[in-house]
Amino acid sequence: MTFAVEINTLRKHYGNVHALQGVDFSIEPGEFFGLLGPNGAGKSTLINIMAGLARASSGTVRIFGHDVVDGYRAARTALGVVPQELVYDAFFTVREVLRLQSGYFGRGRANEAWIDELLEILSLTDKADTNMQALSGGMKRRVLIAQALVHKPEVLVLDEPTAGVDTELRKALWEFTRRLHREGCAIMLTTHYLEEAEALCDRIAILDHGKLAALDSKQKLLSRHPYRLLSLTLADPSKALPEALLPLVKTRDGAQLTLRLHRLEDQIGGILEALRGAGHEIMDLSTQDAGLEEVFMEITSMHAASRTA
Amino acid sequence: MSGSALGNWRGLYTLFGKEVRRFMKVPVQTLLTPVVTSLLFLLVFGHALKEHVQVFAGVTYVAFLIPGLMMMAIIQNAFANSSSSLIQSKVNGSLTFVLVAPLSSLEMFLAYVGAAVVRGVLVGLGLYFAVLGVVQLPVFNLAAIVAFTLLASATLGAMGLIAAVWAMHFEQLSAFQNFIVIPLSFLSGVFYSIHTLPPFWHEVSRWNPFFYMIDGFRYGFFGQSDVPPSLSLAVCAVFFAAVSALSIALLRSGYKIRH
Repeated sequence: MTFAVEINTLRKHYGNVHALQGVDFSIEPGEFFGLLGPNGAGKSTLINIMAGLARASSGTVRIFGHDVVDGYRAARTALGVVPQELVYDAFFTVREVLRLQSGYFGRGRANEAWIDELLEILSLTDKADTNMQALSGGMKRRVLIAQALVHKPEVLVLDEPTAGVDTELRKALWEFTRRLHREGCAIMLTTHYLEEAEALCDRIAILDHGKLAALDSKQKLLSRHPYRLLSLTLADPSKALPEALLPLVKTRDGAQLTLRLHRLEDQIGGILEALRGAGHEIMDLSTQDAGLEEVFMEITSMHAASRTA
Repeated sequence: MSGSALGNWRGLYTLFGKEVRRFMKVPVQTLLTPVVTSLLFLLVFGHALKEHVQVFAGVTYVAFLIPGLMMMAIIQNAFANSSSSLIQSKVNGSLTFVLVAPLSSLEMFLAYVGAAVVRGVLVGLGLYFAVLGVVQLPVFNLAAIVAFTLLASATLGAMGLIAAVWAMHFEQLSAFQNFIVIPLSFLSGVFYSIHTLPPFWHEVSRWNPFFYMIDGFRYGFFGQSDVPPSLSLAVCAVFFAAVSALSIALLRSGYKIRH
């Protein structure tokens, strides 16, 4: 099978700084793939190599079988990248910018209908003749997405596309991204909003200090984490908690108490009994399975521990 | 679209068109100002030096000065066009849109240099028409005028790319322009014939490639020159080839643009 993205033993160093240290993974056609990692993990470096904005020190990247160096024309044609920074050319209007980008990819007037459609989908139609400089940050972000899609790529890379974006636009962007995914586009997403990766991605890679710390389906990754959270509202916040429960406390804010329970070792019934035994009246309770954020924190902290060991 | 150095013709044409539209959006700055500046040079130097500078036989000093000023304007504006566009897009990040496109280094080179040639030619023509009512310039060899115009503007367009690739901010580009391009263009025989210079400076001028651009260009108007026009053409062609090769090699290597 030809992968949408195939990354083999990718290394990149800037002097003594090793931004990528032998990264391997692949993305299947039509897959929604999450690439997570703390700041400085190497995510943007990896994306830049995919897009031809940076050169790898060693290793290869292929987009639908085309090497990004030797077969750069086909690789770049198959790829659309939404950069993290709000970059724009202040000389041109929204429509001009999209026409230019379309032209760079060898597309002519026949692509005009798709440009109109993109403007419509991204609610940019009434801004089509506005100079880029006059747009708000959110509007500029929409134009960046339109620019990445103007040549109808089969792989879309979104590098933290919702950073600094308001809730309404974020929702609209995810709705649009889901639509692209349904239509068969392979999507690689990097984001700091882990709940977004959790909601959208089929598989997730966690990159940490230039190395893959984890790569698995979202379900398997989440199941790696044997904890769940028990949130309680206590009637009297001033009463002390039983000694045995103190190691389980994740947060306590007045009457609100959150405990981190091991699925196998900590039984909710026993916890509630211990609380009642200590004179606590429980007004409300809810449980929540561990999210990607907990998994992410655990994996990156384990990774840090193994580096310092 | 093939994988060869030239294959994305529409991409090349789009980038070329964008570069032309970019300077056409600010015509006062990019076209009118250099013409006015050259006219001021003509006004001041034409009057101040006309009695003191010996030029070609049968050619007035003002007439002698005009092709030199035209070529100086062509050179400086061709350089300014490619260099300012590339450094601006590099600094503000919008170069990303070109770098992610399936454009080869040769296609990028041709687009940027092509636009630099267009601006150089427009500024040169602007000055020619601006002085037409005052001085009637003869045209001895139109082919020479066209050839030197194209070679000089393309060479400086390519030099602009080299400077902008190398520079990391505007200050460095400005140093390149102020300490290399402008001195070389001023000291290339714009205002005088190098035969009037002392032997040492005469010899130094012969190492300045801009001298050959101006001398050959002037030959196209008057049929007279400091050195044979064939020599000027050969020097300009070799210099263009060398600067172009370096410029394309830098773009291909990704030096300071693909990190």
